[in-house]
Amino acid sequence: MTLSNLLIVSAALFCVGLLAALSRRHAIFILIGIEMMLAAANINFIAFWRFGPQPAQPTGVMVAIFAIAIAAAEAAVGLAMVIAVYRHFRTTNVDQLNRLKG
Amino acid sequence: MSTVAFTIIAILTLAAALAAATLPKLMHAALSFAVMFVGISAFFFLLGAEFVGLVQIFVYIGAVAVLIVFTILLTRHDTEKVRGFNWNGVVVAVAVFAGLIWAITKTKSLSQAPLQIEPVTVQRIGELLMTSYVWPLQCVGVLLTAALIGALILVMEEKRE
Repeated sequence: MTLSNLLIVSAALFCVGLLAALSRRHAIFILIGIEMMLAAANINFIAFWRFGPQPAQPTGVMVAIFAIAIAAAEAAVGLAMVIAVYRHFRTTNVDQLNRLKG
Repeated sequence: MSTVAFTIIAILTLAAALAAATLPKLMHAALSFAVMFVGISAFFFLLGAEFVGLVQIFVYIGAVAVLIVFTILLTRHDTEKVRGFNWNGVVVAVAVFAGLIWAITKTKSLSQAPLQIEPVTVQRIGELLMTSYVWPLQCVGVLLTAALIGALILVMEEKRE
C-alpha cells in the first residue's frame, strides 16, 4: 500500500463518478456521481495526511470531516430539488428539463 | 497483510462504484452506492483514520443512502422510457483518468512508506474542534441549518389558490 496506489484508486473512483454524472440522464444518478467524486477527494485528503511529512497533526482528518458534513448538506438539498422538479414536471430526466433553453 | 487488504478493498470499492454508475435500475444503483461507501470507510480504517471511517458510515449509509432510496420511491415513474447512455461522458471520463494516471506515475516522491504515528483519538479530534477549528465548526453548523431550512422550503407543498 503506497501513496501512488491509493491515488490511482481514488482517481478511478473520481472518474467513475464523473462517468455517472455525465452520461446518465436521471437526476438521482447525477447526484450519486457527485457524491462519488466527493468521496474520492476525501480519500485523497486522508492519504496525503497519512503519507505526508507531518502525520502527527491531524489536519487531513479535520478537513475530511468538514468535507463529509458539506457533502451531506449538498445531498439533502439536491434530493429536495429532485423532488421539487418531479412535482412540477412529472419527470426526473434531465434531458426533458429544457424550459430555459434558448 | 496490508497489501492484501488494500487489494481486496480496492476491488470491492471500484466494482461497487461501477455498478452504481451503470446499473439500469435505480434501486440497485442506490444499494451498490451503499456498498461502495463501506469500501471507502474500510480505506479510512486501513489508513488509521477510524473516526472519519465511522462518520462516513453513519452519514452516508445511515442518512444519504436512505434519503436516496426515499427520493427514488417518491419520484418513481415506470411509464416513460428514458434514453440510455451518453457515450460522450465515457470518453471524457477515460480522458480524465488517463491524465490523472499520467500525472501520478510521473511524480517521483509518491512511493514512500507511511511513517509510524500515534492513533488519532476521538478526544484529540474533539479538542481540536473546540480550539483551532472552532470557527469552521460554527460555519458548518450555520451551513447545515441553512441547508435543512432550504431543503424543507423546496419540498414544501405550495398553497393552492
